[in-house]
Amino acid sequence: MTSATLSAPRRRRRPRFGTVMVYVVMIAITLLWITPTVGLLVSSFRPADDVKTSGWWSVITNPERARFTLDNYRIVLGLPLPDRPTPGSGSRVGMEVALLNTLTVALPSTIIPILIAAFAAYGFAWIDFPGRRALFILVVAMLVVPLQISLVPILRDYVALQLGGTYLGVWLAHTGFGLPLAVYLLYNYVSTIPRDIFESAFLDGATHFTIFTRLILPLSMPALASFAIFQFLWTWNDLLVALVFLGAEPRVQVVTQRLLSLLGQFGQDWHLLTAGAFVSMVAPLIVFFSLQRFFVRGLMAGSVKG
Amino acid sequence: MRPTREITRSPAANGIGTFLSTTIGRLLVSLFVPAITFVVLYQVFIFLRDTQIPQWITAIIAILWGVGGVLALFTISNYVIEQLGPSWRRRLIPFVFVGPALAILTWYLVLPTIRSFIASLYDARGINFVGLDNYIYAFTSQEMLQSYRNNFIFWMIFGTAMSVGFGLLIAVLVDRTHPVFETICKALIFMPMVISGVGASVIWKFIYEYRPTGANQIGLLNGIVTALGFESQGWLLLQPWNNLFLVIIMVWLQTGYAMVILSAAIKGIPSDLLEAGRIDGANEFQIFRSIILPSIQGTLITVTTTIILFTLKIFDIVQSMTGGNFGTQVIANVQYVQLFRQVHNGRASAIAIILLLAVLPVMYYNLRQFGKQTEAFR
Repeated sequence: MTSATLSAPRRRRRPRFGTVMVYVVMIAITLLWITPTVGLLVSSFRPADDVKTSGWWSVITNPERARFTLDNYRIVLGLPLPDRPTPGSGSRVGMEVALLNTLTVALPSTIIPILIAAFAAYGFAWIDFPGRRALFILVVAMLVVPLQISLVPILRDYVALQLGGTYLGVWLAHTGFGLPLAVYLLYNYVSTIPRDIFESAFLDGATHFTIFTRLILPLSMPALASFAIFQFLWTWNDLLVALVFLGAEPRVQVVTQRLLSLLGQFGQDWHLLTAGAFVSMVAPLIVFFSLQRFFVRGLMAGSVKG
Repeated sequence: MRPTREITRSPAANGIGTFLSTTIGRLLVSLFVPAITFVVLYQVFIFLRDTQIPQWITAIIAILWGVGGVLALFTISNYVIEQLGPSWRRRLIPFVFVGPALAILTWYLVLPTIRSFIASLYDARGINFVGLDNYIYAFTSQEMLQSYRNNFIFWMIFGTAMSVGFGLLIAVLVDRTHPVFETICKALIFMPMVISGVGASVIWKFIYEYRPTGANQIGLLNGIVTALGFESQGWLLLQPWNNLFLVIIMVWLQTGYAMVILSAAIKGIPSDLLEAGRIDGANEFQIFRSIILPSIQGTLITVTTTIILFTLKIFDIVQSMTGGNFGTQVIANVQYVQLFRQVHNGRASAIAIILLLAVLPVMYYNLRQFGKQTEAFR
């Protein structure tokens, strides 16, 4: 599990019978895998009438009739259309608002659990206190609890505390659900940092807090980054937590919720669905292609999310 | 007299001064600073909740407030504890570090497990004790029985087998190709992994969409079927096979995950081991069965259990494709429906407990395997 990247180191290949077949099969599988996404991408640039009346592949089979437009993207992002009046606010898709909301949900929902988990990981790994082992086992045991368990009780608390429909409520929920894994992974990392590093700092009179912020946090960056990417994608793509704790008000809805309600009312809005879906995928795809190496590593470590 | 009084007072005054600046002073500061912080954080929270200012400003303030607030809480609680004497400091400092995590975990996971169990013994609104009624519902109702069938047979068995099978096949095949070709193939097959379940559902609506035979098809599958001269099908209405069509979406998402991890494991097999097998005259299939498969067994178990966990908790694909209608209901979706449409807290809690019990053994196994492989994180 050491060469955990997509671009793995090359091993000496021996020429063998059937190599061509391997290439043919791999090309076929890869094409099969990207066809659905390509179909959506093509559809998102086709005019509304075309999307509704013909398959996206007619762009290839009937290239002379193919028409392309950016209108779908303009509509879902609330931008003015060049040749038509902008649709009234009643028919707005509001993907731009949802995107901003998603960012508002996903960024703190990524950073807050990491901060809290890093502190906890350091505490469990390097500070001696009674009950340390038992408490750490409790944290790891929480990995088995599916988040569905907390929906009813936490919803009840949120009603009492008026936290329903607030970002704070969603951040805390994502923090709670992400913490067991974050603490566990960061503990594994922090506990392997050589003891000598601490000892010289302690001799200089540094406190735990200073050692943590000055030494441990910078040293743990690779582990923090791996988990951050994983948690960011998880919170960005999440539907259930948003549906339950953020609620139905359009002002605070995230992209997955917007997309779900577009899916519900489709029939006439196929063209908006295409562009909307693509807009929702932009951030994860950027993260994926720019941070692939970290992403794969975090994914392998993060395979046990509860 | 005056000077004497001065003299007699001054030690006491000094004492009080010292006392103030040490114990009470510190105590006051200790209480005052956090109090101010809480007030400020709370005021910003109220402001954010009720504000009408432009969205993007709210977003920025919210992010700064959330992240800054957490940092401030840690810094201040550390500051407060450092004002105390050394013995108290030593006793309390661990809880500056692990306290917040434990508090949130207790609130969000530890207590809810107990509270859900209690709620599962009460009625819809949590007022009257109903004993095991909710569990009787959970084990006899039409929708839950259907969910068990779908979750365990279609999602868990078919879904996991297909994801892991495809992932392994691709990992083995791609290992024999040129590194550049390999990287491109892997990235493209892996890409769906970062797409949300809802996004994937939109993509697959354009595969499964039904139009009557003879009309212009806009769903790819019916486009192919009609081009071959068959009747077009309402794929999402064909019970029980529509489950399989939903499972395929999950397979499309998860195969990349299985592939990447299995591929890394395959690359970790020492090449002289494979070489030795080839010199002994083993064919490629024998090498796969006798060398590759045993070497990656641990990874294979991790991948399988991880995908099983994913299938047991599957929600968003079903919710966005069919809403659980047409015989495609799953456990997590029934819980959601019970929670929001039926507003039946007792049943929703009972279903959550069942989900926990279903996940428990798999998760235990997964964690044990994972414990042996934590070096993957470094």
